[in-house]
Amino acid sequence: MTMRPDPTFHASPKLATEAPAENFAYTLLLRPDFSKPDALAVIDVKPGSPTYSQVVHTVTMPNKGDEFHHFGWNACSSALSPLAGHAFIERRYLIIPGLRSSRIYIIDTKPDPTKAKIHKIIEPEEVFKKTGYSRPHTIHCGPDGIYVSTLGGGKDGTSGPPGVFIMDCETFEVLGRWEIDRGPQTLHYDFWWNLPRDYMVTSEWGLPPQFENGIVPEDLLSNKYGHRLHFWDLRARRNVQTIDLGANHQMVLEVRPAHDPVREYGFAGVVVDTTNLEGSIWTWWREGGKFHAEKTATIPPEPAAKEKLPPLLQGFGAVPPLVTDIDLSMDDRFLYVSCWGTGEMRQYDVSEPRKPKLAASVHTGGIVSRAPHPNGKAYAGGPQMVEISRDGKRVYWTNSLYSTWDDQFYPDGVPGVEVMANVGRNGGLELDKDYFVSFPDGYRAHQIRLEGGDCSTDSFCYPSA
Amino acid sequence: MFDGLLLLPVGLEAQGWLWLALVASGLYHGVNPGMGWPLAVSAGLMEKSPRALFRALWALAAGHLLATLLVLQPFAFLLVLAEWQRSIQLGASLLVIGFGVYRLIERRHPRALARILPTQLALWSFAVAIAHGAALMLVPIYLGLCRAFELDAGHEAAGALMKASLGMAVLVSLVHVAAMISAGGCLAWLVYRYLGLRFVSRSWFNLDLIWAASLILVGVVALAFNLASEH
Repeated sequence: MTMRPDPTFHASPKLATEAPAENFAYTLLLRPDFSKPDALAVIDVKPGSPTYSQVVHTVTMPNKGDEFHHFGWNACSSALSPLAGHAFIERRYLIIPGLRSSRIYIIDTKPDPTKAKIHKIIEPEEVFKKTGYSRPHTIHCGPDGIYVSTLGGGKDGTSGPPGVFIMDCETFEVLGRWEIDRGPQTLHYDFWWNLPRDYMVTSEWGLPPQFENGIVPEDLLSNKYGHRLHFWDLRARRNVQTIDLGANHQMVLEVRPAHDPVREYGFAGVVVDTTNLEGSIWTWWREGGKFHAEKTATIPPEPAAKEKLPPLLQGFGAVPPLVTDIDLSMDDRFLYVSCWGTGEMRQYDVSEPRKPKLAASVHTGGIVSRAPHPNGKAYAGGPQMVEISRDGKRVYWTNSLYSTWDDQFYPDGVPGVEVMANVGRNGGLELDKDYFVSFPDGYRAHQIRLEGGDCSTDSFCYPSA
Repeated sequence: MFDGLLLLPVGLEAQGWLWLALVASGLYHGVNPGMGWPLAVSAGLMEKSPRALFRALWALAAGHLLATLLVLQPFAFLLVLAEWQRSIQLGASLLVIGFGVYRLIERRHPRALARILPTQLALWSFAVAIAHGAALMLVPIYLGLCRAFELDAGHEAAGALMKASLGMAVLVSLVHVAAMISAGGCLAWLVYRYLGLRFVSRSWFNLDLIWAASLILVGVVALAFNLASEH
């Protein structure tokens, strides 16, 4: 318990953009062959520092096979919620779930990120016992606790329906299931909310048997992965509306609401349209008490010779863009879209949320294009997990999607790298030649979190205006 | 008869201090962000209208007023039992001290508060005032003010006494809430209009300990007065 709110808590998104820049980036490392434990890498991102763009500290876990994926903070700007009236917790602990093991690590980043250490480990049995869910995924810090989405549920944790559970943000005790009435929701992936407007949005990927041993082509071609968005009454914990994007829109992954809580809209990315291999961006919004969603941008597949394609794609003669992550800048102006298949990072101007305009694009990797980094180094895989600095000037990304899926789409391997692009004042994207982080042999890199919060962690209770 | 005249100035002075304490408690509750002024700022900003800010202040005031009345009311009825007055006052002091000690030990905030809808500001304000003992803090002040009736309680009919003590409960609540909402309202308006949102996190101090200590202090002072006046 502190005497003042944590200085990294900001009342509005605008105040967050004006805060000092990040000095460290935390990145999850996974060991796809499970021969060594997964780890958390701490990277120096302070320009001019002698160790700039290098891993300056690693926290190695005591177990193997956790499969690190997404992670988040114990507390963020949502603690300034005027309803909670109690802002005296620290942004201090990183909550890292093992997506495969269902184990949850709590990492203490104080007194210094370079001395980060394990604070607590929550064993999978506790998660199963107290929630009935497994495969914890997205972490969001709410004003009343840590919310965790899961991908598995049911008797053995591999059937559905999965959902959200809550953890205490100080003791890290697993408190129990969040939802009271899930309505038609049977699959899960990402979630986020608008706190003062009191709604949550959740998306759908697939159940553990549909992803743990790799993508199941038959399930994809018969449209059995998730294709819906669910809208919830946050405090009543009820599903109030489900929007089906159409069965061909397979895998609705990241949900990115506008950061400014007066804006009642957001975005979602669809990995692939099974009718034409397109990736798509959807805009959802609330109007007249109802939620609506429409496809507002599409990214076409790129034709390719059969011999250049992995066996999985040879029948199609084309590379799908595979929209695997999207992220919205703090000022709600630019949406970044990872096209993991074609090796492209796109920047859309979404000032008009239902008319995204392609503003810039850079290439790294790609199944066929294999674009190297401008510094000459090889970049395997494609742009995947993307994170934007609070001031919107730097965009970081890594290259791995998920252990078994990497092997199907990039059979030559995906050695972990992290790169960064600088954003111009009015958009534009240029890869920074000096920022190129490589990780120890055999490790892949997944989600990035920036010191002091970033564009996919903090939620705000006051508008920017 | 002369005795009565001599006592009067002393009694008046004590009453004056109690009214001052009442206003001070209102100001204190008003500036405490935990009692809701940031909600009024948020309402004004979310709806981009100063009217929304004032609407929110009304709702916050109504909730706080209701909580205060609800807590004072049983004491107003109890005061009819004139011969038990001293015990009631002692009991109330101990209750306030006890609640303060409880707030010292149990520092976690009731989770149920986080379940109230952002649109239910009056309910929120009511629940917060009850849960944090804001209304309870006024009980010793209220009982002190009611001692004015006690002096000649013997001459009054129970009905008249109850009327007087209920009237005092309403007056105490109104004065307290008027002070509270003036202070909170001024702060909300200043932040909304001039200081900006940065002030929200900058001005926010952890008052948990001070709040618990305030409860204990009010209780102890009331207890001391009671014990002293026994002789």
